[in-house]
Amino acid sequence: MTVAKEMRVVKDVTCPFCGVTCDDLEVHVEDGKIRDVKNACVLGKDTFLHHLEGLATPRIDGKPASIEACIEAAADILARAKYPLIYGLDSTELHAHRKAIELADLIGANIDHTSSVCHAPSLQAVQTVGIPSCTVGEVKNRADLVIFWGANPAEAHPRHATRYSVTVKGMFTPQGRKDRTVIHIDVRRTPTSRMADTFIQIKPHSDYEVFSTLTALVNGHDLDVSEVGGVPLQEWRDLVEVMKGAKFGILYWGMGLTMTRGKYLNVVALLRLCQELNRFTKFLGAPLRGHGNVVGMAQVLTWQTGFPFAVNMSRGYPRFNPGEFSVADLLGRGEVDAALIIAADAIGNFPAKAAQHLKSIPLIAVDPKESETTKVAQVVIPAAQAAVAAEGVAYRMDHIPLPLKKVVDSPYPSDREILDRIIARVLAKRPDDGAKRAAPLPRG
Amino acid sequence: MAKSFILITGRTTKQGRTIHLGKQAKDYIDEVSALEMNPADMEALQVKEGDRVRLRTDHGSSVVRCKKGTVPPGLLFIAYGQFVNALVGPDTQGTGMPNTKGIEVEVEKDDSG
Repeated sequence: MTVAKEMRVVKDVTCPFCGVTCDDLEVHVEDGKIRDVKNACVLGKDTFLHHLEGLATPRIDGKPASIEACIEAAADILARAKYPLIYGLDSTELHAHRKAIELADLIGANIDHTSSVCHAPSLQAVQTVGIPSCTVGEVKNRADLVIFWGANPAEAHPRHATRYSVTVKGMFTPQGRKDRTVIHIDVRRTPTSRMADTFIQIKPHSDYEVFSTLTALVNGHDLDVSEVGGVPLQEWRDLVEVMKGAKFGILYWGMGLTMTRGKYLNVVALLRLCQELNRFTKFLGAPLRGHGNVVGMAQVLTWQTGFPFAVNMSRGYPRFNPGEFSVADLLGRGEVDAALIIAADAIGNFPAKAAQHLKSIPLIAVDPKESETTKVAQVVIPAAQAAVAAEGVAYRMDHIPLPLKKVVDSPYPSDREILDRIIARVLAKRPDDGAKRAAPLPRG
Repeated sequence: MAKSFILITGRTTKQGRTIHLGKQAKDYIDEVSALEMNPADMEALQVKEGDRVRLRTDHGSSVVRCKKGTVPPGLLFIAYGQFVNALVGPDTQGTGMPNTKGIEVEVEKDDSG
């Protein structure tokens, strides 16, 4: 006798891999395993197809333990810590973000997330000068000039071009690619250069200088130099004419600006250029965001604390100071005495010295899969992977919230449930906490 | 003899795909340890495709394999991963962001292995 296999197709699934946040995937499930994924790019497809590979197991000090025991051990570490860190949160969903912030508030932790080491300088630049921006829908329907600067969406955001910015047909761009001019500006040729009409190769570390030059040219000043950033001045004059002549221009930037010398000042210069161009035409800018739901965590942290990253709760109210409360600095200086890393592989991604400090303190890792962080963590709590085995909400790179579906079951709890249970155990270890919160007792 | 370069890091399609196999998977390690170099620079360093080179910064060193690339002379590219992390320092100049692109590195042929 053969047992009938359970087969089903889940439609309109949202992909969690990058900030393009495609919400048109079709996932084929057979007996609780994902067998096929339609409509996704290779990065999204592999996210779903490899969902069962390298799964983490619950353990304490390397020995197998129950989830309950792991949660208890995590709460013990966090309740005792004097200056803890909560970090990660890109590969999870909105409700887990909220719970992580609640926990940070409760234990007076530093809380930071993956933006800190990707587009945090962009967030600082937006705080400094503001941003003329729009949704990807506006780009799809209206943009006739698309510039990619210091970014390689062809490899990092594969469907951005076909869904929103290059080949897609929109209301006022009915011919798709033919209705758009696409320019790529970077220090090296990449697959993104191949989808552009023009590629301009600039010297490393010259972005700020080039933005300043373009802004001067937009404002009618000419410069007494033959080249800027290794490119003849005439090419920049021509680019300014193309930008001023567009009906609707958008400048997308990547980490080629944020991770290099100048950091947020590069993006400040870019945004000022976009602002100046609005004296002539509609001209907008947007960062190409994501890995994962990193935009979501910045959104949630901002609405809950007022700040998008690098927040410290040790005084009972949120304080923001990049360089002081940002994760690379906290770890580089060896300041935190315990850490909860959730939905990110901090040790696998950080500069060696920062990773070294994490290895020297009590460390809790919450992750669906084994990673460089789970390998050395004192407590490992496996989670149901958000967007695959747990539902929730993610933010697309243009700040539009989209629902994440649960496609398959997991034997483990979701990130939000794990955080909720840790919060309950931390509270239980502080019997005076309830009284303190209810009403202050008279002294003496 | 060591030569100075500027190293940039970034995502590649293969790095994004193989990360799902785990960071110890051969395909992942092959991708994040492949250093793209301009052919003229490879000639100057007397290295061929597949040869090992040592990268050094003030913060650490890594041994990776050379690959001919379309990068301009003087520039190197390597995908995000543990080999480049060893070269990055934790200083952020008060921004929170380590210097992860545009890293000044010394490169020399590695004959140790």
